[in-house]
Amino acid sequence: MLSFWHICSNCPGLTVKASRESLGITEQHKNKNNKLERVAETDDRSELFEDMKQRFLDFKKHKYMGNLEHYQNLAKGQAPKFMVISCADSRVCPSTILGFQPGEAFIVRNVANLVPPLESGPSETNAALEFSVNFLKIENILVVGHSCCGGIRALMGMDDEVDKSSFIQNWVVVGKDARSWTKAAASKLSFDQQCQHCEKESINRSLLNLLTYPWIEEKVKKGVLAVHGGYYDFVECTFEKWTLDYKEDNLKEKHGRISVKNHLFWC
Amino acid sequence: MASQLAIQRLKNLLSEKEELDNVVAAKIEKLTAELQRPDDHFDPVQRIVDGFINFRINKFEKYPDYYNELAKGQNPKFLVFACSDSRVSPSHILSFQPGEAFMVRNIANMVPAFNQLKYAGVGAVIEYAITVLGVTNILVIGHSHCGGIKRLMTHPEDNSVPFDFIDEWVKIGLPAKAKVIAKEGDADIEEQCEDCAREAVNLSLVNLQSYPYVQKALSDKNLALRGGYYDFIHGVLELWEVGSHISPPIIVPTP
Repeated sequence: MLSFWHICSNCPGLTVKASRESLGITEQHKNKNNKLERVAETDDRSELFEDMKQRFLDFKKHKYMGNLEHYQNLAKGQAPKFMVISCADSRVCPSTILGFQPGEAFIVRNVANLVPPLESGPSETNAALEFSVNFLKIENILVVGHSCCGGIRALMGMDDEVDKSSFIQNWVVVGKDARSWTKAAASKLSFDQQCQHCEKESINRSLLNLLTYPWIEEKVKKGVLAVHGGYYDFVECTFEKWTLDYKEDNLKEKHGRISVKNHLFWC
Repeated sequence: MASQLAIQRLKNLLSEKEELDNVVAAKIEKLTAELQRPDDHFDPVQRIVDGFINFRINKFEKYPDYYNELAKGQNPKFLVFACSDSRVSPSHILSFQPGEAFMVRNIANMVPAFNQLKYAGVGAVIEYAITVLGVTNILVIGHSHCGGIKRLMTHPEDNSVPFDFIDEWVKIGLPAKAKVIAKEGDADIEEQCEDCAREAVNLSLVNLQSYPYVQKALSDKNLALRGGYYDFIHGVLELWEVGSHISPPIIVPTP
């Protein structure tokens, strides 16, 4: 059974009612310059629902109506220049940390920002790649990893034999080459440090996996598509970014190291 | 990068120092305008740099306690499934702040039914969100003019070239397509697509219930499932909730 609740622009009565009832939601870090800086504290689900309604109305009032022509143009079609693959982690939304505005980035989010290779068969990640590269003709793919990644931690902590009953293990095993490399290269480091190495290495493996798709490799080779890696450290609030330097002979070795250029670090 | 930092610091100065006299304020505004003159071509790296610096100055540095706590661990209340479409980020339209929502974005915001062989990616998200993070709300949000839904509704009837991956993915929504065609097969294709977008959300809500962790959390009353539809043509949001009801038993009298 579904109950239906419709919030619409021509229901001013509803808007006024919603804003009068604060519903006991705590507003942290209230900042008059940024009305959106608010985190819901209550566990009561109906209050969370009310909060969501208010947030949408705030968005509509302060952003949508303020840039109506831009949003009307967007409604006709999108032409983002970026495709971003990032983790589902609640702390690393690319719209927030890299400020992507509506229309700028086609975004895929999955556990541990992994890109499976062509041979692993169809998945939601490569469906999105096919759409963004072939339909939307995006010019940049950015794979963003991050610190304290639970998915990478699960990858580093699992046995060599995948536990078939675990979805998490069945998915993160896509990163097994990064894990093998990390265990070989960083065996003397602590588990936490190894996880951080693996977080970065798996980004590079994902960049290599991108090139297993012929329609991606062809465009990278022609120079009409650029592939970048990024690493967001939310403990120190730093961002590292690098671009794949495409060299055909790099990819002949199965465990080839990737060549990068324009490696930048922002803090 | 240096110019963006300069622009941001100048703007902050203008807003913070109300006592600046008109002449100084005008000079700062002129400087800011000159620095902001648009480039002739798009520089993707600069775009990323500017975005990160803006976040760092306006959010991370302003609320250090909040971000320090987040660095220790996340405790989101929501798991959100939204489309990859560049126009529908829930962080914008629903203002989700860092730490609030574990978020999946895929083509047409689909949730396939439980299948460990085929859909490990989606399964991993649901398993992690419920069993590790303990989210108490799942929201699946669809939207208008969805390219994935359009593909589902128009292919293969339009005799277009098949796609290796897109078609395989969107066919998760076939039951929603069948329902729309049965109900309004003669309607305009645009209208059918918009209805299919909503039906596909409902299908995903049903599919979610095929995951054992979701079933358990629902029966323990620790989880709510909601659907949403964002119409960006009219600026309208629809939100609905999945409810279940077990009626009290009727006692069949013995003859």
